[in-house]
Amino acid sequence: MQLATDGPVMADGSALPTSDGRDVILSSRDLRIDFNRFAAVDGVSLDIERGHIHALIGPNGAGKTTCFNLLTKFLTPTAGSILFEGKDITALKPAEVARLGMVRSFQISAVFDQLSVLQNVRIALQRKSGDSFAFWQSENRLRRFDDEAMALLKGVGLDTMARTRASELSYGRKRALELATTLAIEPKMLLLDEPMAGMAHEDIDRMADLILAAAEGRTILMVEHNLSVVSRLAHRITVLARGKVLAAGDYKTVAADQRVIEAYLGGGSHG
Amino acid sequence: MAEPLSITPDFVPVVPAERDDKALHRVIFIVLALAICVAPAFIYPVFLMKVLCFALFASAFNLLFGYAGLLSFGHAAFFGLASYVSAYTAKFWGITPELAILAGTAAGALLGLAFGAIAIRRQGIYFAMITLALAQMVYFFSVQRPDFTNGEDGIQAVPRGHLFGLFDLSNDMTLYWTVAAIFMGAMLLIHRFVHSPYGQVLQAVRDNERRAVSLGYRAQRYKLMAFVMSAAIASLAGATKAIVFQVATLVDVHWSMSGEPILMALVGGVGTIFGPLVGAAVMTTLQNYLVSAGSWITVIQGVIFVLCVLTFRAGIVGTIADRLKRNL
Repeated sequence: MQLATDGPVMADGSALPTSDGRDVILSSRDLRIDFNRFAAVDGVSLDIERGHIHALIGPNGAGKTTCFNLLTKFLTPTAGSILFEGKDITALKPAEVARLGMVRSFQISAVFDQLSVLQNVRIALQRKSGDSFAFWQSENRLRRFDDEAMALLKGVGLDTMARTRASELSYGRKRALELATTLAIEPKMLLLDEPMAGMAHEDIDRMADLILAAAEGRTILMVEHNLSVVSRLAHRITVLARGKVLAAGDYKTVAADQRVIEAYLGGGSHG
Repeated sequence: MAEPLSITPDFVPVVPAERDDKALHRVIFIVLALAICVAPAFIYPVFLMKVLCFALFASAFNLLFGYAGLLSFGHAAFFGLASYVSAYTAKFWGITPELAILAGTAAGALLGLAFGAIAIRRQGIYFAMITLALAQMVYFFSVQRPDFTNGEDGIQAVPRGHLFGLFDLSNDMTLYWTVAAIFMGAMLLIHRFVHSPYGQVLQAVRDNERRAVSLGYRAQRYKLMAFVMSAAIASLAGATKAIVFQVATLVDVHWSMSGEPILMALVGGVGTIFGPLVGAAVMTTLQNYLVSAGSWITVIQGVIFVLCVLTFRAGIVGTIADRLKRNL
């Protein structure tokens, strides 16, 4: 495990806020899910502060992605509750969670393969327009979103490929398209599941820059293996191991934690 | 890598010129309309009407499979029920043919709503099996209720009647223009359905349902709507067929009838607007020419199917579209 010495970069350079008076956007209480009596996530309580980049790390099989699926309601928890902006969302469906402003990405890049790059972003812009069931109207109506879509594509460096079929993009570009599509619905909170997975080194730096830009005015919860990325981006880190929270705090605190070091050494190398 | 990053830059973006598939489609539709006008001068109109009915049926299937990604093995249920309702109402209620076709279509669409609500809860092969099972229920209903379907004999000698009570459809050419109008109308409807704001979302759901859900789309509603539209158009094809051939039988609801549009769509090109039409023309013509071959027809069809899947999986129109790098 590589431990960088510099701490997390706060947006305003100040110290981490104290536990009282925190503005928590998303929290879970004793979240648990059993798969055939195996507790993949076992009593996880998280507090994600508004405006933070919060990283969820841990060895393979720690339950990070399962945790994501629970928070975004793609899985239904066996026990526990989830609060988003003070509202109990434990019983909601995934599409409803997205409509509240909490949007997730997937570990494997999720683009609409047969649609063009531009159309991918327009799908997201279209949702709030209310004409998504209009089957009698021409799709030319969607051209009113073109300018906005192109601006978003420019932001991730894909504006020159707007007419390319999404399936023809390289992996790194698919992830960039995914980010542009996600930002198009202006979510309050982003959940990124291993945004750097499978990326080449220069793509990782670029994606880290994109995430920092996307974090402006937003909250981000991300699962990430690359610890140098985590140390650069995250204000706060929660370490999961075997479905439980092992440690939480800023990078320095977590990195110095003996249990965390043991969990990583015991669970294979990462970083 | 060093270029400045911003997510919402303040500049006026230039959208690259769109490859205008729309214009191409318009041309194809015009050519198609002209071909339909000229064809009866060379080809027996009753045969042409059969092609048009099956082209509509295959297009309905393709709407669901090609654009919603849902493979139905049960479209005979809609085709057959509509055929029965249309034949029954025209013969025993004595209503005009357009009303009989409308009644058949409405009945099939309602059945589609019920079946769709059940079937879309599952995906892939499970979806296909549920549609097959539901369609078999319609088949057994048809066998068990001879008071409605006239059992093995079917409803025969259905009067073609007078369109709007005015135009005598016993004249093959008058009937042909009617069927041609129904066909063109339905094809334009399918085209609009696919190339609409709704159609975009439907294709997004097809490509990656979880992602569409994560963007806040309630995927099930889009799929159900596509299912109902597909069932309605399959029903329109069945109801029209019953008037053209003046008969509705158990063949229309048999599971093998569900296989016809699958074969036609695959041969023509799944996920293309014009593919199922070409597939229907090819397969119907083959069946017609190979009538003398008797039961060898199915063997020959099977070989064609295997060759299609092995050599050009995109189908006839699909392969052309790939070459042209256009959507057809």
